[in-house]
Amino acid sequence: MAYSEKVIDHYNNPRNVGSLDKNDPEVGTGIVGAPECGDVMKLQIKVDKDVIVDAKFKTFGCGSAIASSSLATEWLKGRSVDEAMQIKNTDIVSELHLPPVKIHCSVLAEDAIKAALEDYRKKRGGQAAVSEPAVAERKR
Amino acid sequence: MKLPIYMDNHSTTPVDPTVLEAMLPYFTEKFGNAASRNHAFGWEAEAAVDAARQQIAGLINADSKEIIFTSGATESDNLALRGVAEMYREKGDHVITTVTEHRAVLDTAKRLEKMGFSVTYVPVRADGLVDPEAINQAITPKTILISVILANNEIGTINPVAEIGKIAKTRGVLFHSDATQAVGKIPVDVQAMGIDLMSISAHKMYGPKGVGALYVRRKNPRVRLVPMIDGGGHERGMRSGTLPVPLIVGFGRAAEICRQMMPEESKRLAALRDRLRDGIMTQLDETYLNGHPTQRLPNNVNISFAYVEGESLLMGLKDIALSSGSACTSASLEPSYVLKALGVGSDLAHSSIRYGLGRFNTEEEVEFVIRHTVEIVNKLREMSPLYEMAKEGIDLSKVVWKGEH
Repeated sequence: MAYSEKVIDHYNNPRNVGSLDKNDPEVGTGIVGAPECGDVMKLQIKVDKDVIVDAKFKTFGCGSAIASSSLATEWLKGRSVDEAMQIKNTDIVSELHLPPVKIHCSVLAEDAIKAALEDYRKKRGGQAAVSEPAVAERKR
Repeated sequence: MKLPIYMDNHSTTPVDPTVLEAMLPYFTEKFGNAASRNHAFGWEAEAAVDAARQQIAGLINADSKEIIFTSGATESDNLALRGVAEMYREKGDHVITTVTEHRAVLDTAKRLEKMGFSVTYVPVRADGLVDPEAINQAITPKTILISVILANNEIGTINPVAEIGKIAKTRGVLFHSDATQAVGKIPVDVQAMGIDLMSISAHKMYGPKGVGALYVRRKNPRVRLVPMIDGGGHERGMRSGTLPVPLIVGFGRAAEICRQMMPEESKRLAALRDRLRDGIMTQLDETYLNGHPTQRLPNNVNISFAYVEGESLLMGLKDIALSSGSACTSASLEPSYVLKALGVGSDLAHSSIRYGLGRFNTEEEVEFVIRHTVEIVNKLREMSPLYEMAKEGIDLSKVVWKGEH
C-alpha cells in the first residue's frame, strides 16, 4: 500500500515528539490504544490562560498512526481548549489522505486529544494534582 | 550496491537468468502442446516436460511419474487435502493438521469441515516445532490424512517430518507435507521422510510464477486422488488442463540448479543469516528471535523488536523489501497467527519482521540491512510511549489500556 506524501513527511520528520511533565498542573496527558492492537498514542498539552502553548506526542503504531498524532500536535498548538475539542478524526483523514483501513488511526488521534483535554480539565477542576495519566491506570 | 534491496525471498524469488534462457524457446518456436501425440511439435513439448519432471523428481528423490504439475503450491495443497478426503471418505472422515500451516492448507481444512469432515489442529511448541507425539496422539481409527508443513514460511522452523512420516506409515494414515519453502533450500527426500504427498512451488526456488507440483506416491502405498479440475485427463487424470510447457521447463531447470548449488548455497546463506541475526540482536536490547534457533531454514530470520510496531519499522526501512508479522496493512488488524500460535504476545507479534535471504543477496547488503534496522528501531523507540514507560520501570503487562479489544 502506498502512503500519501503527507503521511511520509510526518513519519520522516515527526513534529513535536517528546514528553511534558505529567505532574505539571498545566499539562494534560492522554494515553489511548493498546499494544495488543498494534497502536498506543500518548498526547500531551500544556495550557496557559486557556490557550494550548505546547503539545507533544509519542506513538507506537504504523506510519499513519504516527502521522495522525504528529498532525494533531501541530493543530493543537495555539488553539483554545474549546477549539481543540472541535478537532474531528475526519479532518485528520482528509488532511493526510488516509485510506479506509487507516481510519482507526485518526479515531485514535481524536481520542488522544479528548483524553488529554479531559485530563487537563480534571486537574483544573480543583482536584489534587493527578499523577497518573487520565486513562492508562495501573492495575491495583 | 543497488537499492532497494530485495530480502523477502519467502514471498517469491526472481527467475534465475539461466532458467529464463531455458524457457524462452518454448514460448515461440517450440510452442507445441505436450498432449499432441501425432506430430513433432507435440513430441518436442512432451520431451521437454518429461525432462523437467525428471529434474524435479531428482531434487526430492521421487520417480518422475509421481510429479503432478499444478498452477502452484496453493493448488497442490488444495488438491492434496480435498483429493484425498474425497477419495478416502468411506475409510474415514478425520484429518490432522497443525496450527502453523500456510493458509492454503488451513483454509482447505476449514472447507473440509464444512463438507462434514472433522479436523484436528495440533498445536506447536514455543519454538515452532510440531511434536510428532502430539500427531500420534491425535490419530483415531477414522484418520485418513496428516498434513504438516515441512518448513514454516514465517519463522523458517523445519519440522521433524521423517518422524511424522514414520508414525503415519505405522498407523496406516497418508502423510502430506507442504514443502513450498523447503524444496531447493534444504535436502528433501520423500522416501527417507515417508511423505506420500508433497506440495512444491517453482517461484520460491528461482523458477517462474504460475507453476508448481504435487508429488503423489505411486508405490507403498499407491495414493489416489479425486481431481478438482476435470477435462482432458492430463497428469494421470489428477489434474486436467494443457500443460504450461515454458513454465514447466523453467521449473525443471530451477530444480536442477538448486540440486547442484544446494550444498554451497545453503552454507553461504546460513552464514549470512547468522551474521544478520547477530548483527541486529547484539546492538539492540529487547529483541527476540522467533522460531527454532537451529532447526531452521538457512535463509530465514524472524525477530520481534519490543516497543516498535512492525509496519512503521518497514516504512522506515523503505530501501529494503521485507515482510512484517503484523497484518495491519490488510483489512484485518490481527497480528500473525503463526507467532500467536507459538505463544508470542500480540504486542511482540505486531513488532516482528521477517528477513528472507536469497541467492542474490550479498554480504554488503546484509551489513546495510543490519545498520538500517538498528537505526530505525532506535529512532522509533525514541518515539514510542511504550519504550518510555518501560524505561520508567512500568510493567506494561499490568497497565489497563483504554481501547483494548
